Amino acid sequence: MIEIKDLHKSYRMGSNSLHVLKGINFTAESGELVAIMGSSGSGKSTLLNILGMLDEADSGDYTLDGVPIKNLNETKAAKYRNKFLGFIFQSFNLINYKSALENVALPLYYQRIPRKERQERAMKYLGQVGLKEWAHHLPSELSGGQKQRVAIARAMAAEPKVLLADEPTGALDSTTSYEVMDLIQKINDQGNTILVVTHEDDIAHMCKRIIHLKDGVIEKDEKVTQVRASQYV
Amino acid sequence: MFSRDNWKEIFETIQKNKLRTFLSGFTVALGILIFVVLFGFGNGLINTFDDFFGDDATNVFYLFPGRTSMPYKGYKSNRQIEFDNGDLADINKNFAPFLEYSTPRIFRSGLVKYKEESNNYSTRAVGPDYQYAEKTIMMKGRYLNKEDIKNKTKYAVIGRLVEKDLFGTNTSIGEYVDISGSAFKVIGVFQDDGGDNEERNIYIPYTTRQLIEKNNDKLDQIVLAFKPELGYAGAMAFEKSLNTFLREKKYINPKDQNGLFIRNVADQLKQNQQFARVLQLIVAFVAFGTIIAGIIGISNIMVFVVKERTKELGIRKALGATPRSVIGTILLESIFITTISGFIGMLIGIGILGSLGEKLKDYFITNPNINLGTAIFATVVLIIFGALAGYIPARRAARIKPIVALRDE
Repeated sequence: MIEIKDLHKSYRMGSNSLHVLKGINFTAESGELVAIMGSSGSGKSTLLNILGMLDEADSGDYTLDGVPIKNLNETKAAKYRNKFLGFIFQSFNLINYKSALENVALPLYYQRIPRKERQERAMKYLGQVGLKEWAHHLPSELSGGQKQRVAIARAMAAEPKVLLADEPTGALDSTTSYEVMDLIQKINDQGNTILVVTHEDDIAHMCKRIIHLKDGVIEKDEKVTQVRASQYV
Repeated sequence: MFSRDNWKEIFETIQKNKLRTFLSGFTVALGILIFVVLFGFGNGLINTFDDFFGDDATNVFYLFPGRTSMPYKGYKSNRQIEFDNGDLADINKNFAPFLEYSTPRIFRSGLVKYKEESNNYSTRAVGPDYQYAEKTIMMKGRYLNKEDIKNKTKYAVIGRLVEKDLFGTNTSIGEYVDISGSAFKVIGVFQDDGGDNEERNIYIPYTTRQLIEKNNDKLDQIVLAFKPELGYAGAMAFEKSLNTFLREKKYINPKDQNGLFIRNVADQLKQNQQFARVLQLIVAFVAFGTIIAGIIGISNIMVFVVKERTKELGIRKALGATPRSVIGTILLESIFITTISGFIGMLIGIGILGSLGEKLKDYFITNPNINLGTAIFATVVLIIFGALAGYIPARRAARIKPIVALRDE
């Protein structure tokens, strides 16, 4: 599903250049649940942003579902993001003046799906994350866990090939974190490919595979026995 | 880009960001409102000008004798020039092809009495054609005619306010008033657009005035109307030859500034029209400035709006919004708001102008109005420039990498 070869990325900081990714190689199959771990500054978020086409690599190859992701203009990148990817952010990134339902329906708007169908599908995914009754509430009226669940529903709504989660539990307490991870596991059980960036060990062990990043290179890539989050909920 | 779905998205955004909508709408509406009102006031000013100078006929010369300041042909300086009936006759004879009409004018002021009522009024002893020079409108009775001049009748035509003062609600026609000791029969009542002062005048035949004053043949001033076909250039040439003729006849040095004055209404009118045009130019300049200020205002708001929405736009881009749709959303929103509020501002402005009417006449603004085409043009200009001003920050926002936009707090 995801194939990257020799990925490099550096940032200019004034006159200095900061080499963040120094040749990353890995592949992820369809249906995998991969955690990307590392201390801050290890390059894990940069890697996720490149995978999410929110940022561009300096060199290296990236193939997503057999499509080479290279030299994309903004319009094409936007279309690919819409078709292939769903994002879950640490700070939720919901649009604050839109209700939960409208937030979930937004990716479908950019797919030019008719309004009525959009609403129905958004409602279906809100139901899956257990927030049907909250559909018409604004994000400001929701708790942190609820917001993240709305964000997950939004990421799911476009039925993407890959879900990318950047510290999805970073802003949540541990009980809520487990609820969110439980949801992510269930989505993975349905066959979705999910990449989770985290620096928390327990969250990482709820995935099926952990990639350890250190100083811009993959230090360790291991399969783990998944800890089900449902036992903590 | 113009599908119903897009509009719905835009309406929702507008509805849910009321302050933002209000701010940009208010700026535009205010800009247009001020433009319309200012422009209307400018036109009102010009209307006042037209009223002022449109009161009298514009093809008229007023000839005033003066006191010479230079010796000429054996005559000493400091000699008072006087017109008499012969001068008028000579002018009529020599300049007949140019003249539409001519009339003398003798000013006197004195006590006018009717029964117990009395007041001071100025009396103008004139010929029948003076009615055209002054554009006098008869309300009752008739104006002076040639028979009155020939027979030196003691008839008077009084102003509307003279009648009101002396007669109240009683009828004045046929009654006798005492003008400085002589009894005159009122034969007509007039009104004049020149204002209250004009309507406090009394007209009598100039021959009667001369008869009362020891049967002399002196004339204070001569009023001449040239044929309108002469045009401006012809009138100026006529004035010149008239000037030469009179100076020759009355022995006035051609270079003497004080011996003879000719007031040329056509020339004055032209100057006044130029003045009004300059005024209009100034007003248009100020109004144009208002529009520029409006454009700058809406530009600032658009920059602010885009800045405020940077994160939202980043989210939208992460979810699959193309740069085009980002620009489209911002632009359509801005155009929609500016169009609606622009036309609201325009209508309010036109409404204000319409309701003012004559109320600001004391401030020299009569019937302020704006050509609908001008108002719509200004509104459309503001909308176009508002859109242009919105386009630049919108394009910049569309170019920001989503990762940068998402980091924006």
